[in-house]
Amino acid sequence: MAFVALGGNAPAKAQTPTKTGRVALYLLLPGLFYLGLFFLTPLFSLILTSLKAPSPSGEIGRYEVAAEFGNYLYAVGQYLPQIIRSFGFALLATIIALAISYPIAYFIAVKARNKPLLKGLLLTLVIAPFFISMLLRTFAWKQIFSNDSWVVNTLKDIGIFGSDSYIIGTNFAVIFGLVYNFIPFMTLPIFSSLDRLDLRLVEAGGDLYANPFTTFRKITFPLSLPGVISGTLLTFIPISGDYVVASRDFLGGPDTAMIGNVVEANFLRIQDYPTASALSVLLMAAIVVLVSIYVRRSGTEDLL
Amino acid sequence: MRFSLGKYLLPTYVALTFLFLAIPIAYTFAFSFNDSIKSNIIWRGFTFDNWLDVCNQQEVCDAFANSVIVAVTATFISTVLGTMIAIALVRYRFKFRSATNLLLFLPLATPEVVMGAGLAAQFLDFGWPKGMGTVIIAHTMFTLSFVVVTVKARVATLDPALEEAGRDLYANPLQVFWKITFPLLLPGILAAAMLAFALSFDDFIITQFNSGAVDTFPKFVYTAAARGIPAEANVIGSFVFIVAIAIVLVVQIRSSIKQRKLAK
Repeated sequence: MAFVALGGNAPAKAQTPTKTGRVALYLLLPGLFYLGLFFLTPLFSLILTSLKAPSPSGEIGRYEVAAEFGNYLYAVGQYLPQIIRSFGFALLATIIALAISYPIAYFIAVKARNKPLLKGLLLTLVIAPFFISMLLRTFAWKQIFSNDSWVVNTLKDIGIFGSDSYIIGTNFAVIFGLVYNFIPFMTLPIFSSLDRLDLRLVEAGGDLYANPFTTFRKITFPLSLPGVISGTLLTFIPISGDYVVASRDFLGGPDTAMIGNVVEANFLRIQDYPTASALSVLLMAAIVVLVSIYVRRSGTEDLL
Repeated sequence: MRFSLGKYLLPTYVALTFLFLAIPIAYTFAFSFNDSIKSNIIWRGFTFDNWLDVCNQQEVCDAFANSVIVAVTATFISTVLGTMIAIALVRYRFKFRSATNLLLFLPLATPEVVMGAGLAAQFLDFGWPKGMGTVIIAHTMFTLSFVVVTVKARVATLDPALEEAGRDLYANPLQVFWKITFPLLLPGILAAAMLAFALSFDDFIITQFNSGAVDTFPKFVYTAAARGIPAEANVIGSFVFIVAIAIVLVVQIRSSIKQRKLAK
């Protein structure tokens, strides 16, 4: 539900802070200390753990502090396909979700602008999926597309599918599930940008003989860019680390594992903490680099 | 001709997409009424039994109770801490503002698996046993920034003159806060708390890394998925859905009535 926070964008008119004094310190310190202790230092713990070496005792799950940079080489060597797949899936799902969501956001923000009741209803429908556990929704898709399901059997009957075709466990199923889960995250920030779009600008475009497509490309879309950027980030970042959809118990199969699946397996199942940590550090580093390039290129640094 | 087609194209598309969004919700809801024996996969007939006796599956009920306890506690702590930060950010000038903003933004831009694994690695280093406590710590951490952003927007709309007036009338700073600032901020604080609650309640990834043997509702569903999710889990999911939708509808109807009154 991140959209509510990020999608809200800048408040009407930011007032310049005027007060000074110790009170600010008392207000800030507890929360910042908390984030320091439970968000920031864990990132260092992750780096520290990623460099650990197995304990000489040979006990499973025991490691000691070291500078084992080879852990990174091992992690990349072992799990390169999963790393590439994560970013590939995230990129594809983000693009598809954007294509699906933009018209919806546009309809709610522009076409339903003067109909508060319809607008409220549509917005409720967009966020409705959030109110039912993401895992239950994903599992529902698994049942709907399972091998003996009505959907698969019908596809076989019509002849689109061969007799040994299946959906669950394929890249398609995983990307489908990811797109489904993140449509609301994409729609809401774009909606909130388009909601503030001054329609007189669009009219002006028409008055100056621009066709609807040109008006969209030159006026509507550029003005909705902040929403598009928030939406793509809110979709891309969580997807790159997701492991529920791609899990074998949900929509994935043996060949759909993403970074998250590998981190989960290494950390929680075989207790290979250094490899799991190295992969997490790499994921975080990649996200930081990608996001800063993306945000800089699109010229909305004030988002940060 | 082109226009009449265009006129219906977009609404049709929107309607179809909403239908698509609703499919898994309808599915979950329908299968909460399935007369299932063990696994809830094949439709075996309609029954109310799952709704009437949810705690028939004790683990589902326990997991649900844990989720509520975690969400309430984490929401309370993160709402208090986050509101304090939001007020400081809008009202006060202080050093290290950009560093503070960065620290608040980072959790929003970090994949859950990284936060989850990092915190779990730290708990291992500290030797803290995982359980309810560590889940609450984790949920407070990742909901905090959302609270700050949401409340901040509300603080920014507050007219400082109202507080000045309070001070002019000899109210002490605490009185000004509780009699003026807090009531005006309340809608924003409530919105933030609802968001934090929803995020915490539905969280799975960070929870899985930091919960040890404790089951929350999403974690129960994840574990159960391997052998089939019991219909009782669908009941709880559907129940939460109905409650949440009811709350949203009430809030929206109230605000649209307010808007209409203001318009008059």
